[in-house]
Amino acid sequence: MSATPSTPPDAAPSLSASPSGVTRAEYCVIACAEAWRGDGEVLASPMGSIPSIGARLARLTFSPDLLLTDGEALLVGPDGTPEGWLPYRQHLALVTGGRRHVMMGASQIDRYGNQNISCVGDWARPARQLLGVRGGPVNTVNNPVSYWVPRHSARVFVEKVDMIGGVGYDSAAAAGPTAIRFHRIPRVVSNLGVFDFATEDHSMRLASLHPGVTVEEVVAATAFALAVADEVPYTREPSAAELAWIREVIDPAGLRDREVPDPRSPRDRGAES
Amino acid sequence: MGDKTMTADEAVSRLESGTTLGIGGWGSRRKPMALVRALLRSSVTDLTVVSYGGPDIGMLAAAGRIRKLVAPFATLDSIPLEPHYRAARESGSLELMEIDEAMFMWGLRAAANRLPFLPVRAGIGSDVMRVNPGLRTVTSPYEDEATGVRETFVAVPALRLDAALVHVNRADRAGNGQYLGPDPYFDDLFCEAATTAYVSCERIVDTAELTKASPPQTLLIKRLHVSGVVEAPSGAHFTSCAPDHGRDEAFQRLYASMPWPEFAERFLAGDEQAYRTAVEAWHEEQR
Repeated sequence: MSATPSTPPDAAPSLSASPSGVTRAEYCVIACAEAWRGDGEVLASPMGSIPSIGARLARLTFSPDLLLTDGEALLVGPDGTPEGWLPYRQHLALVTGGRRHVMMGASQIDRYGNQNISCVGDWARPARQLLGVRGGPVNTVNNPVSYWVPRHSARVFVEKVDMIGGVGYDSAAAAGPTAIRFHRIPRVVSNLGVFDFATEDHSMRLASLHPGVTVEEVVAATAFALAVADEVPYTREPSAAELAWIREVIDPAGLRDREVPDPRSPRDRGAES
Repeated sequence: MGDKTMTADEAVSRLESGTTLGIGGWGSRRKPMALVRALLRSSVTDLTVVSYGGPDIGMLAAAGRIRKLVAPFATLDSIPLEPHYRAARESGSLELMEIDEAMFMWGLRAAANRLPFLPVRAGIGSDVMRVNPGLRTVTSPYEDEATGVRETFVAVPALRLDAALVHVNRADRAGNGQYLGPDPYFDDLFCEAATTAYVSCERIVDTAELTKASPPQTLLIKRLHVSGVVEAPSGAHFTSCAPDHGRDEAFQRLYASMPWPEFAERFLAGDEQAYRTAVEAWHEEQR
């Protein structure tokens, strides 16, 4: 199919939104969308509201060749038009072919990118049973896996996860060539910033701060020692066209704000602290 | 062609305690709940259950029927955490073989193909290996063309089933099963991996009826894998069974919030007809 970026909605009046009017959730959308930049013709598998909005934004703008699902068994265009069939059996097999970039959630994630959505505490008798490993083990050693954490805290960004579902860099290295071969964690996006593993030992690095967030805030909400450069850039600003896509076409109902409330809104301030 | 129709109670009467039971569907989608409810009415227990888990796992665990569970997750989809599964795990009352979604699929595939295992690039490097010390690896007899390396893979053991329970949209009396929703899930694979399989359906129709309005690729399950056919309208309730019925979200919320003994007493004390009546009465009360 043709891979020309779509025309943005004609929404001139709303384009008066200055950068200062950009919400935290919108920076998160941009940071998630950027995960799929340059991926080409692969399946984008986002879990969570903001990653889903980000994937659709990427598909509508700078990564027009991406494939999206309807969350069930259909491959759909950004307007919902079906273009293919992807039942679970094909989805699980497609993972091992590698033409996919998933963004999973993480109840815990550690400095080398080991992820846990299975349980908290001792696996044999967990203090808190969560979902289970789901597809983390197969995803991480077959196709790029990024992560999304809507509430960054020291209980999520932990020294050591309780149950490794998603394989991190140290675990992949210890497991050998079969685990390393297709293993890659492009980025971790949280409500505070963007993180990657572009360090010598593949430990987590603060790649960018969402505007309004300080390094101290991120460090205080992270239980392990993050790699932090002297100068940390800010997550990029959305363009006017991107804001129009997000606000008027992809998420007019404002699901993004429910996942990440804006810290400047007085209503949400109490909930955040 | 033999007539394999039977009631849900007859189907579960053929199961023995201690059996290894596969349950089709996925999460809170097209689960054979009428068969699970029949199982709850029976005395069958000490089960090893193999499932992409949903409320089937929750109910059987709450009723104390599961000795061991093989699953990559248990979820109600719109409610992420299955409450009774959680309770069972947190009380340590459930033996669990926790494997990845893809490992699970290849384990069923191995069983269906009468292989002892299939090699997968999954599990390696994760704690799935730590919590399943019985999992073995296998080294490729071939050098990789690109790397020259003989890679080592996880050998997922065959998930062989004594019996499988699945729910589909239509079936004929001989056991040919048809799905009409967007996803077949793994129901055919569960039946192929099992010694005996019981298929419930929204409606039993004549064989010729199956392909009158639907293409032949909707014929998911072949009768040679099927031992019994059960007509069970709304047999997936409260899970979804597109396009016949969606998930009963309100009732699922009730299930997830009500203490199990109360739920079981109000909705599961009688037969399937009594269940449907009790559900309707509850919905009436909500108006």
